Amino acid sequence: MLAFVLRRLFQSLIVMLAVALIAFTMFRFVGDPVNQMVGVDTPQEQVAQLRQTLGLDEPVVVQFARYIYNAARLEFGVSYQFRLPVISLLGERAPATLELAFMSALFSLLVGIPMGVYTALRRDSWLAKIFQTVSLVGISLPTFLIGILLIYLFSVTLGWLPSFGRGEVVKLGNWWTTGLLTASGWKALILPSITLGLFQMTLIMRLVRAEMLEVLRTDYIKFARARGLKTRAIHFGHALKNTLVPVITIAGLQLGSIIAFAIITETVFQWPGMGLLFLKAVQQVDIPIMAAYLMLISFLFVTINLIVDLLYALVDPRLRATIGAH
Amino acid sequence: MSAQPASPAKQPPSLWARILDSDILASFLRSKVTMVAAVIVLVLFIGAFFSPWIAPTNPFDPATVFLSDANIPPAWQQGGDPKFILGTDDQGRDLYSAILYGLRVSLIVGLLGVALAATIGITLGLLAGYLGGRVDSLIMRIADVQLTFPAILIALLIDGVVRGIFKHANREDTALYVLVISIGLSFWVQYARTIRGSTLVERNKDYVQAARLVGLPAPLIMLRHVLPNVIGPVLVILTINLALAVITEATLSFLGVGLPPTQPSLGTLISIGNRYLFSGDWWIVTFPGVTLAVLVLAVNLLGDWLRDALNPRLR
Repeated sequence: MLAFVLRRLFQSLIVMLAVALIAFTMFRFVGDPVNQMVGVDTPQEQVAQLRQTLGLDEPVVVQFARYIYNAARLEFGVSYQFRLPVISLLGERAPATLELAFMSALFSLLVGIPMGVYTALRRDSWLAKIFQTVSLVGISLPTFLIGILLIYLFSVTLGWLPSFGRGEVVKLGNWWTTGLLTASGWKALILPSITLGLFQMTLIMRLVRAEMLEVLRTDYIKFARARGLKTRAIHFGHALKNTLVPVITIAGLQLGSIIAFAIITETVFQWPGMGLLFLKAVQQVDIPIMAAYLMLISFLFVTINLIVDLLYALVDPRLRATIGAH
Repeated sequence: MSAQPASPAKQPPSLWARILDSDILASFLRSKVTMVAAVIVLVLFIGAFFSPWIAPTNPFDPATVFLSDANIPPAWQQGGDPKFILGTDDQGRDLYSAILYGLRVSLIVGLLGVALAATIGITLGLLAGYLGGRVDSLIMRIADVQLTFPAILIALLIDGVVRGIFKHANREDTALYVLVISIGLSFWVQYARTIRGSTLVERNKDYVQAARLVGLPAPLIMLRHVLPNVIGPVLVILTINLALAVITEATLSFLGVGLPPTQPSLGTLISIGNRYLFSGDWWIVTFPGVTLAVLVLAVNLLGDWLRDALNPRLR
């Protein structure tokens, strides 16, 4: 088991190093850091001196090592367009993105699981067929179209919900801002969360449906029926409980995608989060922000994958056996 | 009379006869949804690629576009103009024509992007599967890492980096190529994995061993002998990926890092329309949006059908 954990940790480290190499290449070679800092009329000697103080005349390997060292201390340089440290820009916007991601994950679970259970138990009812059709449309429609549709319906036509921004936010502690403590904050969260969570919701619904159908055919369900247990107890006590393990895994793995897909939703709703910042950086070719965002997102993905893998090894005895055999 | 040619039964059936007789056609004719989807896709492709002849106006000819025609509602609404069936956009372009031209741009980017992705993926998959060893583990590790990230994120990053490299070029000239490169580099993994898997099986078969014994060079064996035998499943991925590529292109254009408003794709048109949503000009965003949704849904349905039709286990 220890060997497995170590090997898995080592793999994650290699992935992070590879990502860091890409981020460093972007940072160093695509956007020349010096050219962005000096004006057109800066004398050559001053440019050369700046190069030296920044360490840009040293061997590339040394520069790469320094980049990693700085990244580990969360120092990603200064944004070209804002002239501010990248990490403070990202930190300022992180709460907005995290709150949005959390709410849409919650939405996709709370709506997706019941819909999946229903479509599995009442396969031939008309409501189940409607759910299936909706899920096909949900997978086919691009996220931004769903967002526009919701805005047109609930903001423009009905005027119930705001179409942009976070509403009123409250400061918690030094750097966390939350929209969860004001009514306007909650109202502003509804449409973006649904837009962002819809794809995951359809995914979870299909997964729960498939798993439920599978589990309902197994022997222990038949046995439970033979024992004369109530249908309700069989469906929810036995069947659903056993479908939830893969569902929670997928939901965990999808958390990273939610944060990545937040780029689109945040643009549609002008949500002041990290995704919107990243998009502005791509538009302006602001390489330090792009590189830092890449590193942060990768770290998130790698960490989630690592945790899921380790938990699996802990939970699933079959997997543990194969790991031990190696 | 001269001797009749060999009786038809002995002759190998023509290609047309084989198509008429195949299971695929039969399953196509059995599924009404698929036939509707195919007709829709055909109509959209014809509309897109013959847009210069079909569209009533050329929306990009400054001589025929007048700013005074801007934001005219569709013909059946109050204030509509029968000249512009679906209304006009913010620059006075006929929306129906703009959608046809935009559809063409979307499809060109999608097709080229998928072609690039397939070329990269098939090449790397063949190399990984046939050569094995270090080449294999290097390629497949890269594929694994890339697969953990959503394609849209990778496409955005590549888009930014490529535009950073081309930063002195005119954006209107490079936008299309930037998009094709971003899509190609984001979607190659699936092809590589599929091709590698089947290549690993084919590599040990007798005909490959024989070709090797004869002394054929490895590239020739890969291209002439292995490739024709592993290419089948790629067809399904190509179809489903076309829908994904069109969505990706539309998303990038909507986000403002794709095609500029001077040569709009469907995504650019939607993004223009989104700005006028609040002033009540619903048509600018709705018609391109519906076109995109219908295209993607129809291509997806075709892809689903193709997957089932080519899967021998489901027959």
